[in-house]
Amino acid sequence: MTAIDVARVRKDFPILARTVRDEKPLVYLDSGATSQRPNQVLEAEREYTEQHNAAVHRGAHQLAEEATDAYEDARANIAAFVGAKPDEVVYLKNATEGINLIAYAMGNASTSGPEAERFALGPGDEIVVTEMEHHANLVPWQQLCQRTGATLRWFGVTGEGRLDLSNIDELVTERTKVLAFTHQSNVLGTVNPVQTLVRKAHEVGALTVLDACQSVPHGVHGQSGVDFGALGVDFAVFSGHKMLGPSGVGVLYGRSELLQAMPPFLTGGSMIEMVRMAGSTFAPPPQRFEAGSMMIAQAVGLGAAVDYLKLLGMGAIAEHERELTAALLRGLGEIPGVTIVGPETTEQRGAVVSFTVDGVHPHDVGQVLDSYGVAVRVGHHCAWPLHQRFGIPATVRATPYLYNELSEVDTLFEGVRAAQEFFKV
Amino acid sequence: MQLDSMYQEIILDHYKHPHARGLREPFDGESFQVNPTCGDEITLRVRLDGEQVADVSYDGQGCSISQAAVSVLTDLVIGRPAKDALATMDAFVELMQGRGKVEPDEDVLEDAIAFAGVAKYPARVKCALLGWMAFKDALVKANAVDAEK
Repeated sequence: MTAIDVARVRKDFPILARTVRDEKPLVYLDSGATSQRPNQVLEAEREYTEQHNAAVHRGAHQLAEEATDAYEDARANIAAFVGAKPDEVVYLKNATEGINLIAYAMGNASTSGPEAERFALGPGDEIVVTEMEHHANLVPWQQLCQRTGATLRWFGVTGEGRLDLSNIDELVTERTKVLAFTHQSNVLGTVNPVQTLVRKAHEVGALTVLDACQSVPHGVHGQSGVDFGALGVDFAVFSGHKMLGPSGVGVLYGRSELLQAMPPFLTGGSMIEMVRMAGSTFAPPPQRFEAGSMMIAQAVGLGAAVDYLKLLGMGAIAEHERELTAALLRGLGEIPGVTIVGPETTEQRGAVVSFTVDGVHPHDVGQVLDSYGVAVRVGHHCAWPLHQRFGIPATVRATPYLYNELSEVDTLFEGVRAAQEFFKV
Repeated sequence: MQLDSMYQEIILDHYKHPHARGLREPFDGESFQVNPTCGDEITLRVRLDGEQVADVSYDGQGCSISQAAVSVLTDLVIGRPAKDALATMDAFVELMQGRGKVEPDEDVLEDAIAFAGVAKYPARVKCALLGWMAFKDALVKANAVDAEK
């Protein structure tokens, strides 16, 4: 496996060369929130816009043809990258929209005819999630339960930050219609046992929904990229902006057979088969789920981001991130008063390291780090219930990526020590 | 150094040694406020004596800026007419939303002028205002002021 030449990679990311707050070199450790974009992605968007821009799937002119090809080629590329067929990949604005799409489609199924019955929910049915979910994979399910009368249940989290599977047989039962969970926690870094959960869900006939926002961009250590087909999940979502791509584009993966049977969420232009004043029928997937004008340049940019990731190799990326994670866990672990929230080894764990500092509020830690040029996220990271589980209001979260040097984590440690000194703890 | 412009000594003092902290009885209005981006929260109570703010008591968790701001708030409003307290609040809100371009009036804001540096950091403005939002809401609950005002 070729290691990543970080110095060379960094040259592709203009933003990493800038300084912040009094000429401090930028140490960007917030890729879990949004990643930076390489020139290759910007160039792809620019080239598309300058040379091929047109509406897709309509128009008989040459630009329309080229735009459609660019849009669909990017789809095929992204699909192959995650072990899917092109018609299993739906473009959306972000992963949140993807979960909502499934939840609303299921809500629509609950009030429509027998053809969509497998997606229908009602009183007595259950949706199972976990306590470590991002709000995006929690709130839409709460809402769906409210609309349909179904019941929400959830897996707890152990003190170490692993999923507590001890009551899996009581939680996932014949009543379970959906099992929705994150591949990798955006706070703890924990990589969840997808196979165990998928097997259990399929035993009881439940649909699985995987939040892959924090796994697709990074790969999973010891494997190459994330392969939805191999994982056996029914649905999955991820966001472009967390994987070197543009904002405004995300992906919903759904097994062909399911997307073909699922009712639409947003309706209108581009997603129809036939429209009469009295009613309409719908296009086959993925078009059925892409109503209205889509984010074409962004989709093309995401395709270029996939090319970039493939060029470096997901195995090499995962290995590089494992080294960064090990350095973070070790360095933070050595600072008295710092508590890591989540697994303390790199075993089944990705490059997300959250922590607290005794006596210094995460916001204040973040402010001191910012004065050192270090960009981290502070707060509950859209996983408020998980923080409640650990009895803390917030954490500081460092999320390195393929373009971070090992030396950069030292600046983080220096900043944390400075925060302790500044607040005299 | 930039940090010192945000974390003035006055702010750190109030953070380490908060004034009027703790929830007290009796009270006429109570408000619970959260900052949904960071999870900080405060419960704040107001006791009135006619037009006067007789006491403000509070409990909660938050960063140095939010905790110091509410401590300063108690200094500024306890023992003063509710109407005047809200005028002070207006001056403070104006300062905080001024992106560092508003010159604070020390006669009105007293220790709160120390927050002028915080106004340059838009992400922290909400922290400084959390306690004040709770104060205004508690006054509304106590029927001391009109909710529209």
